[in-house]
Amino acid sequence: MNGVILFHTTAMAMKAEKALTRAGYQVRLVPTPREFSSDCGIALRFTVVSKEAVIEVMAKNGVEIAGLHEL
Amino acid sequence: MIYLDNAATSWPKPPEVLEAMANVLEQAGGNPGRSGHRMSIAAARVVYDAREDIAQLVNCPDPLRVIFTENATYALNLSLYGLLKTGDRVVTSSMEHNSVMRPLRDLEQKGVKLTVVPCASNGTLNLKEFAKAVTKGTRLVAIVHASNVTGTIMPIADIAKIAHRAGALLLVDAAQSAGVLPIDVQAMGIDLLAFTGHKGPLGPTGTGALVIGGNVDTSQITPLARGGTGSQSEKQEQPEFLPDKFESGTPNVIGIAGLGAGIRFVLKKGTASIWEHEKRLIQTLREGLAEIKGVKVYGSPNPDGSVGIASFTVKNKTVSEIGQRLDEEYGILTRVGLHCAPAAHQTIGTFPEGTVRLATSVFTTMDEIQQTLKAIEKVARS
Repeated sequence: MNGVILFHTTAMAMKAEKALTRAGYQVRLVPTPREFSSDCGIALRFTVVSKEAVIEVMAKNGVEIAGLHEL
Repeated sequence: MIYLDNAATSWPKPPEVLEAMANVLEQAGGNPGRSGHRMSIAAARVVYDAREDIAQLVNCPDPLRVIFTENATYALNLSLYGLLKTGDRVVTSSMEHNSVMRPLRDLEQKGVKLTVVPCASNGTLNLKEFAKAVTKGTRLVAIVHASNVTGTIMPIADIAKIAHRAGALLLVDAAQSAGVLPIDVQAMGIDLLAFTGHKGPLGPTGTGALVIGGNVDTSQITPLARGGTGSQSEKQEQPEFLPDKFESGTPNVIGIAGLGAGIRFVLKKGTASIWEHEKRLIQTLREGLAEIKGVKVYGSPNPDGSVGIASFTVKNKTVSEIGQRLDEEYGILTRVGLHCAPAAHQTIGTFPEGTVRLATSVFTTMDEIQQTLKAIEKVARS
């Protein structure tokens, strides 16, 4: 599946990018899609087998997410 | 030239620091966290990497609890004004720099109860006296890690126990110790660690940080400034999450890049070996100074009790005359006077005249120390 994760702060997006990359996932930082949030910052696009796997990596690394959307 | 004013700002900086700063201007010139294009992301990465470097340097488990500031003064003001309210009790020592003392004297005027525990004339703190002053219900203990006048190192882990027993938080001013002494905020029990980037961490001026310990409830700290954070832009109120709550406005990305590179240099060398090097230099300097006729050296006699700072005076000579002669005749750069720490000079008995201060860095050599001792001997004689 393809998805996008939103964060409250850019610093958290950076933390998430590092954690997911370390876990072997393909991720890419992109401008926050306007349809999901009015924030000026960045979001993380990912392609994985399951949403749950991504959520698990986030939780393990103390990453708080503001939203997760399937594309 | 021999640069011995490293307690004011360290010089030289590692070449990596200059490279990292130039790289931001050339390659990562966007605004971090404001836009989503590649240069904005590159800048955000530079800032985040420096956050991780700082977290590693002081063993802070969460890089998001590293708050970038323009210097140690801002980090200290953020802690003191952010935390203390009318009626709160705060305890500090008489060796503090004005970056702690001036905010505290101002807060005292506004109804904060302030106790300044006197230190000995060699700058050391009596823990028993200090423990007596930290009464139950004290809100905050604010203490310098290493004095900028004498170099004297305070027993932080013991002070943390005293603070926590009374239910107080511990704020440590690490302006002279960060990047030089090993610091572990978790093992030492430091709740708030304030430091500047341009001294021991070998970064540029205009950088610093406040590291907030995991046990601190940040809803209790009011920010000093509010504004744009690139986050929750639909709201007209300041966000509560870190680091945005305390980081409004575009940060000093170029400076932070340099700071990160400086800290990576420190991490590669290791603070234990940096301190070992500076300890050897400062011991030689202190012993040599003590042998010169008419010279008085201040600070703790304990060889493990001081960072690379030595303060001295010469009988029948003003400190400004010594500083000027060392500069003009020998190319040795020092700092004379009160070093923005009048309370510390009152404690060691050098107020209002002050002292001549010599301060080493990781780049200072033993040969430079020997040359300096010879020069001071000549200046003291004639």
